[in-house]
Amino acid sequence: MKFLTTNFLKCSVKECDRSNDNFPLRYNGEKCQLEQDESIEFNPEFLLRIIDRVDWDAVLSVASDLGNSSLPPKKPIFESEQLSDEDMVILRDLHTLLIQTNIIEGEMTCKNCGHIYYIKNSIPNLLLPPHLA
Amino acid sequence: MPKKYLVFMVQVHVNFRRAELESLADLYKLDSINFKDYKEDSPFFIVELDNDQQAKDWIKRSILTRGIYEYWGQGITYDELHSDIRAGNNFEDYKSCYKNSTFKFEFDCYGGSSSGKLDRVACIESFKYLEFEGKIRMKNPDEVFTVIEEYEPINDNVAGEKPLRVFFGRLVQRSDRFCGALEKYDLKKRPYKGTTSFEAELSLVSANIAQVKAGTIMYDPFAGTGSFLVAGGHYGAAVIGSDIDGRMIRGKGSQTIRANFRKYGESLQFIDVLTMDFTHNALRSNLVIDTILCDPPYGIRESIKVLGAKDPEKFAGKENVEINGLKAYLHRDYIPTKKPYSLDALLDDLLQFASERLPLDGRLAFWMPVANDENIETVIPMHRNLELKYNCVQEFNKWSRRLLVYINRGSEYNGPTNAGLERSSNFRDRYFKGFN
Repeated sequence: MKFLTTNFLKCSVKECDRSNDNFPLRYNGEKCQLEQDESIEFNPEFLLRIIDRVDWDAVLSVASDLGNSSLPPKKPIFESEQLSDEDMVILRDLHTLLIQTNIIEGEMTCKNCGHIYYIKNSIPNLLLPPHLA
Repeated sequence: MPKKYLVFMVQVHVNFRRAELESLADLYKLDSINFKDYKEDSPFFIVELDNDQQAKDWIKRSILTRGIYEYWGQGITYDELHSDIRAGNNFEDYKSCYKNSTFKFEFDCYGGSSSGKLDRVACIESFKYLEFEGKIRMKNPDEVFTVIEEYEPINDNVAGEKPLRVFFGRLVQRSDRFCGALEKYDLKKRPYKGTTSFEAELSLVSANIAQVKAGTIMYDPFAGTGSFLVAGGHYGAAVIGSDIDGRMIRGKGSQTIRANFRKYGESLQFIDVLTMDFTHNALRSNLVIDTILCDPPYGIRESIKVLGAKDPEKFAGKENVEINGLKAYLHRDYIPTKKPYSLDALLDDLLQFASERLPLDGRLAFWMPVANDENIETVIPMHRNLELKYNCVQEFNKWSRRLLVYINRGSEYNGPTNAGLERSSNFRDRYFKGFN
Protein backbone atom coordinates (compact mmCIF):
# COMPACT_ATOMS: atom_id res chain seq x y z
CA MET A 1 0.00 0.00 0.00
CA LYS A 2 1.42 3.32 -1.07
CA PHE A 3 2.00 6.08 1.44
CA LEU A 4 -0.38 8.12 -0.72
CA THR A 5 -3.22 5.72 0.05
CA THR A 6 -2.90 6.43 3.81
CA ASN A 7 -4.17 9.86 2.79
CA PHE A 8 -7.38 8.40 1.39
CA LEU A 9 -8.34 5.86 4.08
CA LYS A 10 -10.62 6.45 7.04
CA CYS A 11 -12.15 3.88 9.38
CA SER A 12 -14.81 1.72 7.65
CA VAL A 13 -17.09 1.81 10.69
CA LYS A 14 -20.02 4.08 9.82
CA GLU A 15 -20.52 5.37 13.36
CA CYS A 16 -16.99 6.77 13.30
CA ASP A 17 -17.98 9.17 10.51
CA ARG A 18 -19.60 11.29 13.21
CA SER A 19 -16.28 11.78 14.98
CA ASN A 20 -13.31 13.79 13.74
CA ASP A 21 -10.91 11.04 14.71
CA ASN A 22 -11.57 8.48 11.98
CA PHE A 23 -9.04 9.98 9.56
CA PRO A 24 -6.18 9.48 9.12
CA LEU A 25 -5.77 6.11 10.76
CA ARG A 26 -2.90 5.74 13.21
CA TYR A 27 -0.05 3.64 11.86
CA ASN A 28 1.92 1.46 14.18
CA GLY A 29 5.48 2.43 13.30
CA GLU A 30 7.03 -0.61 14.95
CA LYS A 31 4.88 -3.04 13.02
CA CYS A 32 4.95 -1.29 9.65
CA GLN A 33 7.44 -2.67 7.21
CA LEU A 34 8.33 -0.20 4.45
CA GLU A 35 9.76 -0.79 1.02
CA GLN A 36 10.79 1.63 -1.73
CA ASP A 37 9.72 0.89 -5.28
CA GLU A 38 12.19 2.94 -7.25
CA SER A 39 10.98 1.61 -10.57
CA ILE A 40 7.96 3.94 -10.52
CA GLU A 41 8.84 6.80 -12.80
CA PHE A 42 8.74 10.45 -11.70
CA ASN A 43 6.16 12.59 -13.49
CA PRO A 44 5.94 16.10 -12.02
CA GLU A 45 2.72 16.96 -13.87
CA PHE A 46 0.89 13.89 -12.60
CA LEU A 47 2.23 14.41 -9.10
CA LEU A 48 1.12 18.04 -8.95
CA ARG A 49 -2.45 17.02 -9.68
CA ILE A 50 -2.32 14.31 -7.04
CA ILE A 51 -0.83 16.67 -4.44
CA ASP A 52 -3.87 18.88 -5.05
CA ARG A 53 -6.01 16.10 -3.57
CA VAL A 54 -3.79 15.45 -0.60
CA ASP A 55 -4.73 16.42 2.94
CA TRP A 56 -1.40 17.72 4.24
CA ASP A 57 -2.18 17.40 7.95
CA ALA A 58 -2.82 13.72 7.35
CA VAL A 59 0.48 13.39 5.48
CA LEU A 60 2.25 14.90 8.50
CA SER A 61 0.38 12.66 10.93
CA VAL A 62 1.16 9.40 9.09
CA ALA A 63 4.76 10.43 8.35
CA SER A 64 5.27 11.08 12.02
CA ASP A 65 3.71 7.69 12.92
CA LEU A 66 6.28 6.13 10.62
CA GLY A 67 9.17 8.13 12.10
CA ASN A 68 9.53 10.92 9.55
CA SER A 69 9.20 14.38 11.07
CA SER A 70 11.19 16.32 8.48
CA LEU A 71 8.28 17.48 6.33
CA PRO A 72 7.35 21.15 5.99
CA PRO A 73 4.40 22.08 8.26
CA LYS A 74 2.41 23.54 5.34
CA LYS A 75 1.62 21.92 1.99
CA PRO A 76 4.20 23.18 -0.54
CA ILE A 77 2.74 25.46 -3.20
CA PHE A 78 3.94 25.25 -6.77
CA GLU A 79 3.54 27.65 -9.66
CA SER A 80 2.70 24.87 -12.05
CA GLU A 81 3.51 27.02 -15.11
CA GLN A 82 7.20 27.26 -14.34
CA LEU A 83 8.74 24.80 -11.96
CA SER A 84 12.03 25.98 -10.47
CA ASP A 85 14.92 23.65 -9.68
CA GLU A 86 13.98 24.00 -6.04
CA ASP A 87 10.39 22.95 -6.81
CA MET A 88 11.71 19.89 -8.62
CA VAL A 89 13.74 18.86 -5.58
CA ILE A 90 10.64 19.09 -3.38
CA LEU A 91 8.53 17.22 -5.94
CA ARG A 92 11.09 14.44 -6.19
CA ASP A 93 11.04 14.06 -2.41
CA LEU A 94 7.25 13.91 -2.45
CA HIS A 95 7.35 11.35 -5.24
CA THR A 96 9.66 9.21 -3.11
CA LEU A 97 7.40 9.56 -0.09
CA LEU A 98 3.89 9.39 -1.58
CA ILE A 99 4.34 7.15 -4.61
CA GLN A 100 7.46 5.06 -4.10
CA THR A 101 7.07 4.26 -0.40
CA ASN A 102 5.03 1.14 0.20
CA ILE A 103 3.81 -0.29 3.48
CA ILE A 104 4.05 -3.99 2.74
CA GLU A 105 3.11 -5.27 6.20
CA GLY A 106 1.60 -3.30 9.02
CA GLU A 107 -1.16 -2.25 11.34
CA MET A 108 -3.39 0.79 11.43
CA THR A 109 -5.87 1.78 14.09
CA CYS A 110 -8.92 4.02 14.15
CA LYS A 111 -8.32 6.80 16.70
CA ASN A 112 -12.03 6.88 17.44
CA CYS A 113 -13.14 3.25 17.86
CA GLY A 114 -9.75 1.58 18.21
CA HIS A 115 -10.42 -1.03 15.54
CA ILE A 116 -7.22 -2.52 14.13
CA TYR A 117 -6.79 -3.00 10.38
CA TYR A 118 -3.95 -5.00 8.89
CA ILE A 119 -1.86 -4.52 5.77
CA LYS A 120 -0.76 -7.83 4.30
CA ASN A 121 1.29 -8.27 1.15
CA SER A 122 0.94 -4.55 0.47
CA ILE A 123 -2.87 -4.77 0.49
CA PRO A 124 -4.85 -3.18 3.32
CA ASN A 125 -7.79 -5.14 4.65
CA LEU A 126 -10.67 -2.85 5.60
CA LEU A 127 -13.30 -5.52 6.24
CA LEU A 128 -15.25 -5.43 9.51
CA PRO A 129 -16.59 -8.02 11.95
CA PRO A 130 -20.40 -8.30 12.01
CA HIS A 131 -20.86 -6.28 15.21
CA LEU A 132 -19.14 -3.28 13.58
CA ALA A 133 -20.66 -3.68 10.11
CA MET B 1 -13.21 28.69 -41.36
CA PRO B 2 -14.40 25.15 -40.50
CA LYS B 3 -13.21 22.34 -42.75
CA LYS B 4 -14.71 18.99 -43.60
CA TYR B 5 -13.23 15.87 -42.05
CA LEU B 6 -13.95 12.23 -42.74
CA VAL B 7 -14.20 9.88 -39.75
CA PHE B 8 -13.57 6.25 -40.72
CA MET B 9 -15.10 4.00 -38.07
CA VAL B 10 -15.32 0.26 -37.41
CA GLN B 11 -18.60 -1.62 -37.75
CA VAL B 12 -18.31 -3.41 -34.41
CA HIS B 13 -20.05 -2.58 -31.13
CA VAL B 14 -22.10 -0.09 -33.09
CA ASN B 15 -24.34 0.44 -30.04
CA PHE B 16 -21.36 2.00 -28.28
CA ARG B 17 -19.82 3.90 -31.17
CA ARG B 18 -21.78 7.11 -31.11
CA ALA B 19 -21.58 7.27 -27.30
CA GLU B 20 -17.79 7.03 -27.58
CA LEU B 21 -17.56 9.73 -30.25
CA GLU B 22 -19.91 12.05 -28.35
CA SER B 23 -18.13 11.51 -25.04
CA LEU B 24 -14.71 12.21 -26.53
CA ALA B 25 -16.05 15.30 -28.31
CA ASP B 26 -17.53 16.53 -25.03
CA LEU B 27 -14.30 15.75 -23.17
CA TYR B 28 -12.36 18.06 -25.54
CA LYS B 29 -15.20 20.61 -25.60
CA LEU B 30 -15.85 20.14 -29.32
CA ASP B 31 -19.47 21.10 -28.94
CA SER B 32 -19.98 22.11 -32.57
CA ILE B 33 -19.90 18.56 -33.95
CA ASN B 34 -23.18 17.82 -35.66
CA PHE B 35 -24.26 14.18 -35.59
CA LYS B 36 -27.12 14.55 -38.07
CA ASP B 37 -25.20 12.72 -40.81
CA TYR B 38 -24.04 9.95 -38.49
CA LYS B 39 -25.41 6.55 -39.53
CA GLU B 40 -25.15 3.33 -37.54
CA ASP B 41 -24.88 1.20 -40.68
CA SER B 42 -22.06 3.17 -42.26
CA PRO B 43 -18.39 3.34 -41.25
CA PHE B 44 -18.13 6.84 -42.72
CA PHE B 45 -19.11 10.09 -41.06
CA ILE B 46 -18.35 13.52 -42.48
CA VAL B 47 -18.17 16.40 -39.99
CA GLU B 48 -16.98 19.99 -39.84
CA LEU B 49 -14.24 20.98 -37.42
CA ASP B 50 -12.26 24.18 -36.94
CA ASN B 51 -8.82 22.67 -37.37
CA ASP B 52 -6.60 19.58 -37.29
CA GLN B 53 -5.96 19.92 -33.57
CA GLN B 54 -9.64 19.39 -32.84
CA ALA B 55 -9.64 16.32 -35.08
CA LYS B 56 -6.56 14.94 -33.32
CA ASP B 57 -7.95 15.48 -29.83
CA TRP B 58 -11.24 13.90 -30.78
CA ILE B 59 -10.00 10.69 -32.40
CA LYS B 60 -6.66 10.02 -30.66
CA ARG B 61 -8.30 7.99 -27.85
CA SER B 62 -11.03 6.39 -29.90
CA ILE B 63 -11.34 2.61 -29.95
CA LEU B 64 -14.30 2.30 -32.32
CA THR B 65 -12.86 4.37 -35.16
CA ARG B 66 -9.87 3.82 -37.40
CA GLY B 67 -8.90 7.39 -38.05
CA ILE B 68 -9.86 10.87 -39.14
CA TYR B 69 -8.94 12.49 -42.44
CA GLU B 70 -9.10 15.95 -43.91
CA TYR B 71 -11.86 15.41 -46.46
CA TRP B 72 -10.94 16.20 -50.07
CA GLY B 73 -13.72 14.50 -51.99
CA GLN B 74 -15.65 11.37 -52.93
CA GLY B 75 -17.21 9.70 -55.97
CA ILE B 76 -18.90 6.57 -57.18
CA THR B 77 -16.10 6.12 -59.70
CA TYR B 78 -12.52 7.39 -59.72
CA ASP B 79 -13.46 9.89 -62.45
CA GLU B 80 -16.16 11.27 -60.25
CA LEU B 81 -13.78 11.34 -57.30
CA HIS B 82 -11.22 13.36 -59.25
CA SER B 83 -13.76 15.92 -60.42
CA ASP B 84 -15.19 16.18 -56.89
CA ILE B 85 -11.71 16.81 -55.45
CA ARG B 86 -11.00 19.51 -58.08
CA ALA B 87 -14.36 21.15 -57.45
CA GLY B 88 -13.74 21.28 -53.66
CA ASN B 89 -13.84 24.73 -52.04
CA ASN B 90 -10.43 24.26 -50.46
CA PHE B 91 -8.77 22.52 -53.40
CA GLU B 92 -6.36 25.33 -54.30
CA ASP B 93 -5.48 25.95 -50.66
CA TYR B 94 -4.82 22.27 -50.02
CA LYS B 95 -2.72 21.98 -53.17
CA SER B 96 -0.44 24.84 -52.24
CA CYS B 97 -0.29 23.86 -48.57
CA TYR B 98 1.15 20.39 -49.28
CA LYS B 99 3.03 21.24 -52.48
CA ASN B 100 6.45 20.69 -50.96
CA SER B 101 5.65 18.20 -48.21
CA THR B 102 7.11 14.72 -48.30
CA PHE B 103 4.25 12.30 -48.70
CA LYS B 104 2.97 8.85 -49.44
CA PHE B 105 -0.28 7.30 -50.59
CA GLU B 106 -2.16 4.65 -48.66
CA PHE B 107 -5.07 2.48 -49.72
CA ASP B 108 -7.77 1.42 -47.36
CA CYS B 109 -11.15 -0.15 -47.84
CA TYR B 110 -14.34 -1.26 -46.17
CA GLY B 111 -16.58 -4.22 -47.00
CA GLY B 112 -14.44 -5.69 -49.72
CA SER B 113 -11.09 -5.27 -51.35
CA SER B 114 -9.68 -4.37 -54.69
CA SER B 115 -6.55 -6.42 -54.04
CA GLY B 116 -5.09 -7.43 -57.35
CA LYS B 117 -7.66 -5.62 -59.40
CA LEU B 118 -6.51 -2.07 -58.74
CA ASP B 119 -3.26 -0.95 -60.33
CA ARG B 120 -2.05 1.17 -57.44
CA VAL B 121 0.72 2.90 -59.32
CA ALA B 122 -1.67 3.88 -62.10
CA CYS B 123 -4.17 4.97 -59.47
CA ILE B 124 -1.61 7.21 -57.79
CA GLU B 125 -0.61 8.58 -61.22
CA SER B 126 -4.21 9.57 -61.81
CA PHE B 127 -3.85 12.10 -58.95
CA LYS B 128 -1.05 13.97 -60.76
CA TYR B 129 -3.24 17.06 -61.06
CA LEU B 130 -2.53 17.60 -57.36
CA GLU B 131 0.90 18.74 -58.54
CA PHE B 132 2.74 17.60 -55.42
CA GLU B 133 6.43 18.40 -55.76
CA GLY B 134 7.64 16.97 -52.46
CA LYS B 135 9.57 13.69 -52.21
CA ILE B 136 7.72 10.43 -51.83
CA ARG B 137 8.77 8.90 -48.54
CA MET B 138 7.46 5.56 -47.34
CA LYS B 139 8.83 6.04 -43.81
CA ASN B 140 7.69 9.04 -41.75
CA PRO B 141 6.41 11.23 -44.55
CA ASP B 142 5.05 14.67 -43.62
CA GLU B 143 1.66 13.74 -45.01
CA VAL B 144 -0.24 10.53 -45.76
CA PHE B 145 -2.90 10.76 -48.45
CA THR B 146 -5.45 8.00 -48.33
CA VAL B 147 -7.77 6.46 -50.86
CA ILE B 148 -10.62 4.64 -49.11
CA GLU B 149 -12.83 2.37 -51.18
CA GLU B 150 -16.22 1.32 -49.86
CA TYR B 151 -17.69 -1.96 -51.08
CA GLU B 152 -21.04 -3.50 -50.47
CA PRO B 153 -20.35 -6.77 -48.64
CA ILE B 154 -22.30 -9.69 -50.09
CA ASN B 155 -22.92 -10.91 -46.56
CA ASP B 156 -21.19 -10.87 -43.19
CA ASN B 157 -18.51 -13.29 -44.34
CA VAL B 158 -18.19 -12.61 -48.04
CA ALA B 159 -16.50 -9.45 -49.22
CA GLY B 160 -18.12 -7.34 -51.89
CA GLU B 161 -16.65 -6.94 -55.34
CA LYS B 162 -18.38 -3.83 -56.51
CA PRO B 163 -17.07 -0.55 -55.11
CA LEU B 164 -19.85 1.75 -53.96
CA ARG B 165 -17.83 4.86 -53.28
CA VAL B 166 -14.29 6.11 -53.15
CA PHE B 167 -13.09 8.73 -50.67
CA PHE B 168 -9.89 10.73 -50.72
CA GLY B 169 -8.35 12.62 -47.85
CA ARG B 170 -5.28 13.54 -45.89
CA LEU B 171 -4.65 11.54 -42.71
CA VAL B 172 -4.88 13.71 -39.61
CA GLN B 173 -5.03 11.20 -36.74
CA ARG B 174 -5.07 7.45 -36.41
CA SER B 175 -7.20 6.14 -33.56
CA ASP B 176 -5.99 4.42 -30.40
CA ARG B 177 -7.35 1.18 -31.87
CA PHE B 178 -5.25 1.60 -34.97
CA CYS B 179 -2.17 2.39 -32.86
CA GLY B 180 -2.23 -0.98 -31.12
CA ALA B 181 -4.30 -0.50 -27.95
CA LEU B 182 -6.23 -3.75 -28.47
CA GLU B 183 -3.08 -5.81 -28.94
CA LYS B 184 -1.34 -4.17 -26.00
CA TYR B 185 -4.18 -4.94 -23.59
CA ASP B 186 -5.19 -8.28 -25.08
CA LEU B 187 -6.16 -10.56 -22.20
CA LYS B 188 -4.20 -13.43 -23.73
CA LYS B 189 -0.99 -11.51 -23.12
CA ARG B 190 -1.89 -10.16 -19.68
CA PRO B 191 0.17 -11.62 -16.80
CA TYR B 192 -2.66 -11.59 -14.26
CA LYS B 193 -6.22 -12.27 -15.29
CA GLY B 194 -9.16 -14.37 -14.14
CA THR B 195 -12.48 -15.75 -15.26
CA THR B 196 -14.13 -12.38 -14.61
CA SER B 197 -11.54 -10.28 -16.46
CA PHE B 198 -13.19 -7.89 -18.87
CA GLU B 199 -11.99 -7.88 -22.48
CA ALA B 200 -9.71 -5.10 -23.63
CA GLU B 201 -11.85 -3.56 -26.35
CA LEU B 202 -15.01 -2.81 -24.40
CA SER B 203 -13.15 -1.91 -21.22
CA LEU B 204 -11.26 0.80 -23.16
CA VAL B 205 -14.50 1.94 -24.81
CA SER B 206 -16.09 2.10 -21.34
CA ALA B 207 -13.23 4.29 -20.09
CA ASN B 208 -13.74 6.61 -23.05
CA ILE B 209 -17.49 6.90 -22.53
CA ALA B 210 -16.84 7.45 -18.82
CA GLN B 211 -14.42 10.25 -19.83
CA VAL B 212 -11.52 9.04 -17.69
CA LYS B 213 -9.01 11.90 -17.69
CA ALA B 214 -5.25 12.10 -17.16
CA GLY B 215 -4.20 13.13 -13.66
CA THR B 216 -7.62 12.52 -12.12
CA ILE B 217 -8.81 9.79 -9.76
CA MET B 218 -10.74 6.80 -11.05
CA TYR B 219 -12.24 4.24 -8.69
CA ASP B 220 -13.50 0.71 -9.39
CA PRO B 221 -15.39 -0.63 -6.34
CA PHE B 222 -15.57 -4.16 -7.81
CA ALA B 223 -12.04 -4.34 -9.12
CA GLY B 224 -11.59 -8.13 -9.35
CA THR B 225 -8.49 -8.71 -11.46
CA GLY B 226 -8.31 -5.01 -12.32
CA SER B 227 -9.53 -4.90 -15.95
CA PHE B 228 -11.08 -1.45 -15.63
CA LEU B 229 -8.16 -0.16 -13.59
CA VAL B 230 -5.92 -1.04 -16.52
CA ALA B 231 -8.24 0.75 -18.95
CA GLY B 232 -8.35 3.85 -16.73
CA GLY B 233 -4.59 3.77 -16.30
CA HIS B 234 -4.15 3.68 -20.05
CA TYR B 235 -5.86 7.05 -20.28
CA GLY B 236 -3.66 8.51 -17.55
CA ALA B 237 -5.86 8.41 -14.44
CA ALA B 238 -4.63 7.51 -10.98
CA VAL B 239 -6.63 4.37 -10.35
CA ILE B 240 -7.86 2.87 -7.08
CA GLY B 241 -9.74 -0.40 -6.83
CA SER B 242 -11.42 -2.35 -4.10
CA ASP B 243 -13.05 -5.73 -3.80
CA ILE B 244 -14.67 -7.61 -0.95
CA ASP B 245 -12.83 -10.72 -2.14
CA GLY B 246 -9.18 -10.27 -1.22
CA ARG B 247 -8.07 -13.30 -3.24
CA MET B 248 -9.00 -11.70 -6.54
CA ILE B 249 -7.11 -8.46 -6.04
CA ARG B 250 -4.13 -10.21 -4.45
CA GLY B 251 -3.28 -12.40 -7.42
CA LYS B 252 -0.84 -15.26 -7.21
CA GLY B 253 2.93 -15.03 -6.87
CA SER B 254 4.23 -12.79 -9.61
CA GLN B 255 0.81 -12.60 -11.25
CA THR B 256 -0.68 -9.50 -9.71
CA ILE B 257 -2.53 -6.36 -10.76
CA ARG B 258 0.64 -4.42 -10.00
CA ALA B 259 2.56 -6.69 -12.38
CA ASN B 260 0.05 -5.93 -15.14
CA PHE B 261 0.69 -2.21 -14.75
CA ARG B 262 4.43 -2.81 -14.73
CA LYS B 263 4.19 -4.78 -17.97
CA TYR B 264 2.26 -1.95 -19.60
CA GLY B 265 4.80 0.63 -18.42
CA GLU B 266 2.07 2.37 -16.42
CA SER B 267 3.08 1.65 -12.81
CA LEU B 268 2.65 5.30 -11.91
CA GLN B 269 -1.06 5.14 -12.72
CA PHE B 270 -1.77 2.33 -10.29
CA ILE B 271 -2.38 3.65 -6.78
CA ASP B 272 -3.70 0.65 -4.85
CA VAL B 273 -6.27 -2.06 -4.48
CA LEU B 274 -8.01 -2.49 -1.13
CA THR B 275 -9.77 -5.45 0.40
CA MET B 276 -12.96 -3.65 1.28
CA ASP B 277 -16.72 -4.00 1.17
CA PHE B 278 -17.87 -1.20 -1.11
CA THR B 279 -20.95 -0.66 1.10
CA HIS B 280 -18.67 -0.12 4.12
CA ASN B 281 -16.39 2.28 2.36
CA ALA B 282 -13.13 3.49 3.86
CA LEU B 283 -12.27 6.13 1.24
CA ARG B 284 -12.54 9.40 3.16
CA SER B 285 -15.80 11.20 2.42
CA ASN B 286 -14.22 14.43 1.16
CA LEU B 287 -11.96 12.72 -1.37
CA VAL B 288 -13.19 13.74 -4.81
CA ILE B 289 -13.42 10.74 -7.13
CA ASP B 290 -13.59 12.00 -10.72
CA THR B 291 -14.84 8.81 -12.35
CA ILE B 292 -16.35 5.55 -11.17
CA LEU B 293 -16.09 2.71 -13.68
CA CYS B 294 -16.94 -0.88 -12.85
CA ASP B 295 -18.57 -4.19 -13.62
CA PRO B 296 -20.54 -5.05 -10.48
CA PRO B 297 -20.91 -8.74 -9.56
CA TYR B 298 -24.00 -10.23 -11.18
CA GLY B 299 -24.07 -13.04 -8.71
CA ILE B 300 -23.30 -15.62 -11.38
CA ARG B 301 -19.84 -16.83 -10.43
CA GLU B 302 -20.42 -16.16 -6.79
CA SER B 303 -23.42 -14.76 -4.97
CA ILE B 304 -23.36 -11.05 -4.10
CA LYS B 305 -22.23 -10.46 -0.54
CA VAL B 306 -21.62 -7.62 1.85
CA LEU B 307 -20.27 -7.51 5.39
CA GLY B 308 -22.52 -8.67 8.19
CA ALA B 309 -24.04 -11.86 9.58
CA LYS B 310 -26.74 -13.67 7.63
CA ASP B 311 -28.00 -15.03 10.92
CA PRO B 312 -27.15 -12.36 13.53
CA GLU B 313 -28.26 -14.56 16.41
CA LYS B 314 -25.50 -17.01 15.66
CA PHE B 315 -22.95 -14.23 16.09
CA ALA B 316 -24.48 -12.63 19.19
CA GLY B 317 -21.76 -12.09 21.76
CA LYS B 318 -18.98 -13.37 19.48
CA GLU B 319 -17.35 -9.94 19.64
CA ASN B 320 -16.37 -10.75 23.20
CA VAL B 321 -14.42 -13.89 22.35
CA GLU B 322 -10.73 -13.52 23.10
CA ILE B 323 -7.78 -15.48 21.79
CA ASN B 324 -4.48 -15.09 23.65
CA GLY B 325 -5.80 -12.03 25.44
CA LEU B 326 -6.81 -10.22 22.25
CA LYS B 327 -10.32 -9.97 20.87
CA ALA B 328 -10.73 -12.60 18.17
CA TYR B 329 -11.88 -10.05 15.59
CA LEU B 330 -8.69 -8.01 16.08
CA HIS B 331 -6.38 -10.86 15.05
CA ARG B 332 -4.43 -10.54 11.84
CA ASP B 333 -5.92 -13.69 10.34
CA TYR B 334 -9.54 -13.03 11.39
CA ILE B 335 -11.98 -13.60 8.52
CA PRO B 336 -15.21 -11.63 8.86
CA THR B 337 -18.51 -13.22 7.95
CA LYS B 338 -20.52 -11.96 4.98
CA LYS B 339 -24.21 -11.99 4.15
CA PRO B 340 -26.09 -12.20 0.84
CA TYR B 341 -27.19 -8.98 -0.80
CA SER B 342 -29.33 -8.23 -3.84
CA LEU B 343 -28.06 -6.75 -7.10
CA ASP B 344 -30.76 -4.08 -6.90
CA ALA B 345 -29.65 -2.96 -3.46
CA LEU B 346 -26.01 -2.99 -4.52
CA LEU B 347 -26.74 -0.79 -7.55
CA ASP B 348 -28.82 1.59 -5.39
CA ASP B 349 -25.80 1.91 -3.11
CA LEU B 350 -23.53 2.48 -6.09
CA LEU B 351 -25.69 5.33 -7.44
CA GLN B 352 -25.95 6.90 -4.00
CA PHE B 353 -22.17 6.68 -3.53
CA ALA B 354 -21.60 8.24 -6.98
CA SER B 355 -23.96 11.11 -6.16
CA GLU B 356 -21.97 11.81 -2.98
CA ARG B 357 -18.44 11.45 -4.33
CA LEU B 358 -18.38 12.54 -7.97
CA PRO B 359 -17.80 16.20 -8.81
CA LEU B 360 -20.54 17.96 -10.77
CA ASP B 361 -20.54 16.56 -14.32
CA GLY B 362 -18.42 13.61 -13.21
CA ARG B 363 -19.40 10.25 -14.66
CA LEU B 364 -20.41 6.89 -13.23
CA ALA B 365 -20.30 4.02 -15.74
CA PHE B 366 -21.08 0.40 -14.97
CA TRP B 367 -22.22 -2.78 -16.65
CA MET B 368 -25.56 -4.37 -15.83
CA PRO B 369 -26.82 -7.78 -16.99
CA VAL B 370 -30.34 -8.15 -18.38
CA ALA B 371 -32.24 -11.29 -19.35
CA ASN B 372 -33.89 -11.08 -22.77
CA ASP B 373 -36.01 -14.17 -22.52
CA GLU B 374 -39.17 -12.86 -20.96
CA ASN B 375 -41.16 -9.86 -21.92
CA ILE B 376 -40.24 -8.06 -18.78
CA GLU B 377 -39.41 -4.42 -19.16
CA THR B 378 -35.83 -3.68 -18.22
CA VAL B 379 -35.81 -1.20 -15.40
CA ILE B 380 -32.72 0.96 -15.24
CA PRO B 381 -31.74 2.14 -11.75
CA MET B 382 -32.20 5.87 -11.36
CA HIS B 383 -31.05 8.41 -8.77
CA ARG B 384 -32.47 11.91 -8.39
CA ASN B 385 -29.05 13.59 -8.74
CA LEU B 386 -27.85 11.52 -11.69
CA GLU B 387 -28.73 11.97 -15.34
CA LEU B 388 -28.75 8.70 -17.28
CA LYS B 389 -26.68 9.69 -20.30
CA TYR B 390 -26.13 6.37 -22.10
CA ASN B 391 -27.63 2.92 -22.07
CA CYS B 392 -25.58 0.89 -24.55
CA VAL B 393 -26.61 -2.72 -25.10
CA GLN B 394 -24.35 -5.66 -25.95
CA GLU B 395 -26.55 -8.57 -27.03
CA PHE B 396 -25.74 -12.20 -26.32
CA ASN B 397 -27.91 -15.16 -27.10
CA LYS B 398 -30.35 -15.20 -24.21
CA TRP B 399 -29.12 -12.29 -22.21
CA SER B 400 -27.52 -8.97 -22.74
CA ARG B 401 -25.48 -6.56 -20.76
CA ARG B 402 -25.65 -2.83 -20.78
CA LEU B 403 -23.16 -0.12 -20.13
CA LEU B 404 -25.05 2.47 -18.11
CA VAL B 405 -23.46 5.89 -17.94
CA TYR B 406 -24.66 8.60 -15.56
CA ILE B 407 -23.63 12.21 -15.10
CA ASN B 408 -23.73 13.76 -11.65
CA ARG B 409 -25.95 16.85 -11.93
CA GLY B 410 -26.11 17.59 -8.22
CA SER B 411 -29.01 17.96 -5.82
CA GLU B 412 -30.74 20.63 -7.93
CA TYR B 413 -31.32 18.13 -10.74
CA ASN B 414 -34.29 16.37 -9.15
CA GLY B 415 -34.53 13.55 -11.67
CA PRO B 416 -36.68 10.43 -11.36
CA THR B 417 -35.66 7.81 -8.85
CA ASN B 418 -36.53 4.15 -8.33
CA ALA B 419 -34.27 3.33 -5.39
CA GLY B 420 -35.52 0.54 -3.19
CA LEU B 421 -37.60 -1.12 -5.91
CA GLU B 422 -37.03 -4.66 -7.05
CA ARG B 423 -35.93 -4.30 -10.66
CA SER B 424 -33.71 -7.08 -11.88
CA SER B 425 -36.20 -9.97 -11.41
CA ASN B 426 -33.48 -12.24 -10.13
CA PHE B 427 -31.02 -12.42 -12.99
CA ARG B 428 -28.90 -15.05 -11.28
CA ASP B 429 -31.65 -17.66 -10.87
CA ARG B 430 -32.77 -17.24 -14.44
CA TYR B 431 -29.23 -17.41 -15.77
CA PHE B 432 -28.80 -20.83 -14.18
CA LYS B 433 -32.17 -22.02 -15.44
CA GLY B 434 -31.04 -21.21 -18.97
CA PHE B 435 -33.55 -18.39 -19.39
CA ASN B 436 -36.28 -20.60 -20.92
